[in-house]
Amino acid sequence: MSASLIYTIITISSIGIAAAIILYFAARKFYVYEDPRIDEVEEALPAANCGGCGYAGCRAFAEAIVKDNSLEGKNCPVGGSEVMNKVAEIMQLEAEKHKPRIAVLLCNGTCEHRPKTNHYEGASTCAIAAMNYGGETGCQYGCLGFGDCADVCDFDALHMDPETGLPVVTDENCVGCGACVDACPKSLFELRKQMPKYRKVYVACRNEDKGGVAKKSCEVACIGCGKCEKECKYDAITINNNRAFIDSDKCVLCRKCVSVCPTNAIIEENFPPRKVKKEKETETAHA
Amino acid sequence: MLKTFKIGGVHPAENKITADKVIKKLPLPKTVTIPVAQHIGAPSKVVVKRGDMVKAGQLIAQSAGFVSTNIHSSVSGKVKKIDSVFDSSGYKKESVVIDVDGDEWAEGIDTSPDLIKTTGLDAKAINKKILEAGIVGLGGATFPTHVKLSPPPGMKAEVLLINGVECEPYLTADHRLMLERGEELLVGIDLLKKALGVDRAVIGIENNKPDAIEHLLVLCEKYSGIEVSPLKVKYPQGGEKQLIKAVTGREVPSGALPIAVGAVVNNVGTALAVYEAVMKNKPLVERIVTVTGKSLANPSNFKVRVGTPVKELIEAAGGLPEDTAKVVSGGPMMGKAVANIDIPVAKGTSGVLIINEEEGHRKEVLNCIRCGRCVGVCPMGLEPFLLMTLAEKKIWEKSEHENVMDCIECGSCSFTCPANRPLLDYIRLGKQTVGGIIRSRK
Repeated sequence: MSASLIYTIITISSIGIAAAIILYFAARKFYVYEDPRIDEVEEALPAANCGGCGYAGCRAFAEAIVKDNSLEGKNCPVGGSEVMNKVAEIMQLEAEKHKPRIAVLLCNGTCEHRPKTNHYEGASTCAIAAMNYGGETGCQYGCLGFGDCADVCDFDALHMDPETGLPVVTDENCVGCGACVDACPKSLFELRKQMPKYRKVYVACRNEDKGGVAKKSCEVACIGCGKCEKECKYDAITINNNRAFIDSDKCVLCRKCVSVCPTNAIIEENFPPRKVKKEKETETAHA
Repeated sequence: MLKTFKIGGVHPAENKITADKVIKKLPLPKTVTIPVAQHIGAPSKVVVKRGDMVKAGQLIAQSAGFVSTNIHSSVSGKVKKIDSVFDSSGYKKESVVIDVDGDEWAEGIDTSPDLIKTTGLDAKAINKKILEAGIVGLGGATFPTHVKLSPPPGMKAEVLLINGVECEPYLTADHRLMLERGEELLVGIDLLKKALGVDRAVIGIENNKPDAIEHLLVLCEKYSGIEVSPLKVKYPQGGEKQLIKAVTGREVPSGALPIAVGAVVNNVGTALAVYEAVMKNKPLVERIVTVTGKSLANPSNFKVRVGTPVKELIEAAGGLPEDTAKVVSGGPMMGKAVANIDIPVAKGTSGVLIINEEEGHRKEVLNCIRCGRCVGVCPMGLEPFLLMTLAEKKIWEKSEHENVMDCIECGSCSFTCPANRPLLDYIRLGKQTVGGIIRSRK
């Protein structure tokens, strides 16, 4: 073996050993303790990074849980109670009970119900259209139909229906992360309590105009007449700014409001078809 | 060589078809709709109620804060209702609707055409009258004038610039005003000078209005300290910062107000309104509006009461042509297409432009070819293509870092883009969002 080769090996090895020693001490010196539970919690989370918990992603959420050492007010809407129980086990804490939520569109102004009064040609995003004016119809509160909500949905739970021009929520996929709530410039999405079989009863309208004006711009607008409020025995319905609102935490899905609504602004979804009146009442009692 | 601003700018076809149309008085409408938010700042507070009888010039909504102003009835009649009505923003805003029954003016208002040249009022009294009369910047931005005339402590105005540039194509309201109301305009400028405590005023006029330049040059000889500065034709020279750069050579720093370089800019329309307010006690209830368009039968300049439906202006100019694609409130570059023509004329409505089918549609949006023309024409030295991408991708921090808030929304970038990209739409979205973020930090 030639001498030069030996020298090379010796030099390289000694540099390597020296560097290793420096790195070893540097690592000791600058060691930052990180709670191993952060990694464990992050592992338990669904890694969707959707921001539905209110933090910048799953890692940030895990860090927040470990740092606060509490699960108060913390919930992963994607994983639901299953994941939160796992996290609680790691943290040896009690998980809060959060009811699963689901996004609901508070507008039923389809092309059929809401005649167009003008035509928009600008950049086709809801955010820009909303900045420019109230929309292509006489209702300035309703859906603009450019699908900003469908663009931000990470769970394939929203798509635009070309026929109605409105977004449609796929209940099975929606995790209630709230991305669409933030994306909609007209605040048309609401996270409502998820009911068995995805049953829903809600006022699909945000129009705050006076009854006559609202009705003129959209057939199915809520006119704030108050009939549903009177009909509801559970105090679930309130009327504010000419518009009814059904509190999903109080609603028992009796559907009485649906039948009294003069403009069909209240929508029921995923219910079996209505039977004869008598039977319906017994069913209501069970619900 | 004529003066102009240094960076960027475009030269769209001028199309000043109404340049030789004498200002006509529009007959009173049957009802007027006066929005309470016609200016930048807090919407005024309504002080009349349904059923009240009001006279022209009577206060109907009071200033609600420092950056806000008074609003007066533009006609005499009965308050029909106080309701939310669509205005040029495309949204319903609180407005006072008045059924017109005549043209009786409130007491103390001098409606005679006699020229009054001198007044004993001091600066403070003039400013008070301007606030009381509800005067806002009539160039289009509608910033309350009394705020402009009250420089923040430690700052002093050195020169008053009067904006007679009218760089928007089609519009001729300011042009006609300078020609027909020159004397009154100069008295108004004198009053503004007094209110600001400056002894030099410069009227900037683009060189495509030689008759106005000549007319004012002759009149100026009688007034000391008022000059006329002819400028090279280039859009957007009517922008406050561009005009300052063109006339004085000073550059307003990013994020600062013109007062930072000792300049205050007011439109010629504002100066005339100041004359009427101070000398005639007449609040701002009417303005000159250009109603124009290539297909319009009878394009004209009208003197219009605030609150008149835009529809009536179009009727008076020959009715809506059949091949109408868009009705724009304002000029073609910075104006805004309106969703219906029942909206009222507001203090800031400088023109109503009818665009025909041939020119009135957006072209297909293609990919950015990185030609850099938008960067070349931006008068604020920004990079529009970058700002658009940042807004598309919602990268607001970087957007702020790239000075999106400096954009004056002149639209030169969108105008010049060979790929027809909606640059300004996205930049405005960026401005709005970043503005919200900045405000929430305070």
